[in-house]
Amino acid sequence: MSAVLANLEIFWEGFEATLALTLLSTIAALVLGILLAAFRVSPVPVLSGAAATYVEVVRNTPLTIVFFFAAFVLPQVGVKFSYFAFAVLAMSVYYASFFCEVIRSGINTMPIGQLEAARSIGLTFTKSMRLIVMPQALRTVVPPLINVFIQLTKSTSIASAFGVVELLSVMARLANQESQAVIAILIATAVFYLVITIPSGIIAGHIERRVAIAR
Amino acid sequence: MTNALYDALGPRGKRKALLGSIVSAIILVAAAVWVLVQLAAQGQLDGALWAVLVNGNFLVLLMGGLLGTLAAAGMAVLLSLLVGIVLAMARLSLRRWLRVVTRWWIELFRGMPPLLLIFFIYLGAPALGADVSPYWALVLGLMLYNSSVMGEIFRAGILSLPKGQSEAAYSIGMRRGATMRLILLPQAVRSMLPALLNQVITLLKETSLGFIIGYVELLRDGRTAVEFLGGQYSLPVYTGIAVIYIGMNLLIAWLARRLTRKRQSRQTRPPRPLPPRTAEIALNERA
Repeated sequence: MSAVLANLEIFWEGFEATLALTLLSTIAALVLGILLAAFRVSPVPVLSGAAATYVEVVRNTPLTIVFFFAAFVLPQVGVKFSYFAFAVLAMSVYYASFFCEVIRSGINTMPIGQLEAARSIGLTFTKSMRLIVMPQALRTVVPPLINVFIQLTKSTSIASAFGVVELLSVMARLANQESQAVIAILIATAVFYLVITIPSGIIAGHIERRVAIAR
Repeated sequence: MTNALYDALGPRGKRKALLGSIVSAIILVAAAVWVLVQLAAQGQLDGALWAVLVNGNFLVLLMGGLLGTLAAAGMAVLLSLLVGIVLAMARLSLRRWLRVVTRWWIELFRGMPPLLLIFFIYLGAPALGADVSPYWALVLGLMLYNSSVMGEIFRAGILSLPKGQSEAAYSIGMRRGATMRLILLPQAVRSMLPALLNQVITLLKETSLGFIIGYVELLRDGRTAVEFLGGQYSLPVYTGIAVIYIGMNLLIAWLARRLTRKRQSRQTRPPRPLPPRTAEIALNERA
């Protein structure tokens, strides 16, 4: 326990890095995911086909391999970023496909009457997407989006193997230094992750129930 | 599927879609050509580099890695299923304390990164005086995480069954254990197969975390090969490994779809015994 308290500052640094990695990747992945979802449901076959292929390929690849591509293949072709930027890139490329699938299923469960009404008052495809579909789909889609966010939070731990200093790499370093307190250090690390994931899960469940009643 | 969004396209819409297709195809092809030109300029497209993928020694190495991946995934799936069923049973138990304890167990282990759980076993067990090989650290770490997820899948599956199933079982004198084993679980497993197989895909992908603790699997062997051959082989080697993973996962996904279709055609044949209103009430009661 004392080993944890003595190193609380180092833990906090790791936690901040994990948080930054999580938030930046979430924003980038969400933007890319919304774009992909719009492509996937568009009437242009090339766009929907391209988005579908992207999602299928990325979803079936382990995140670790996506990290390999970002951290080892990109430098080979002359792209030089920091470890942190590579990690954000890998996480957003990977999770964009999951966000896309969640948003698409949100659009697909939309009552058809909504869309027919939008069309019958003469809204174009883009307008009905922006004004009718997206506001509603985003609302019903928030709980599964939070679930993907939780997955993303947990996955940031993989960045520790690719040079990023975050919670898990801090844990590995401390566990190496203070070998007598390994268990306490492991538990402390777990608590830091649970501080993000469990409240997020509770919020998702709460919203899910609220939206279910509204419908 | 998504045509709820727009009417069947008329002549003008078709022209627009065609135009959109042509424009986006040009953009995509241009982007692809640009990437290929860049890669070629860096010498990444040399036939000699990509020939590694048909090199006998490399393939033998990858085969060994594939076996490592499958051995870990197979054992982890098996254990996760078993523990998942036990967790689901405990979650549905009549004893309150057991329900509460399992609920916390599941929330805890679902909320932690699988990689951290692997480290828990890998670093934690030696601290307690037990020696664990990387294989078991990987398998048990994945089991802790995935059994919690699968436990929730099983629970949802059992709860989604019509109440009449368990009532009928009790009324012919079955006990809770027998009802669960003979009536509820077999049906729940069938309706939960797609979700379970999805989780199997996730687990298969997670076995690649093994490379971090030094377990010899596909990715580790790929890394070894690249270290031996030189960094310029990164692209072909990792692309090859990605293709193997994608192939395996698409196979599982295809299996999931096939099983779902079979199940549905089987369910539609006999008419449901419950009148719809009763079923609705039963479902609402449970929600």
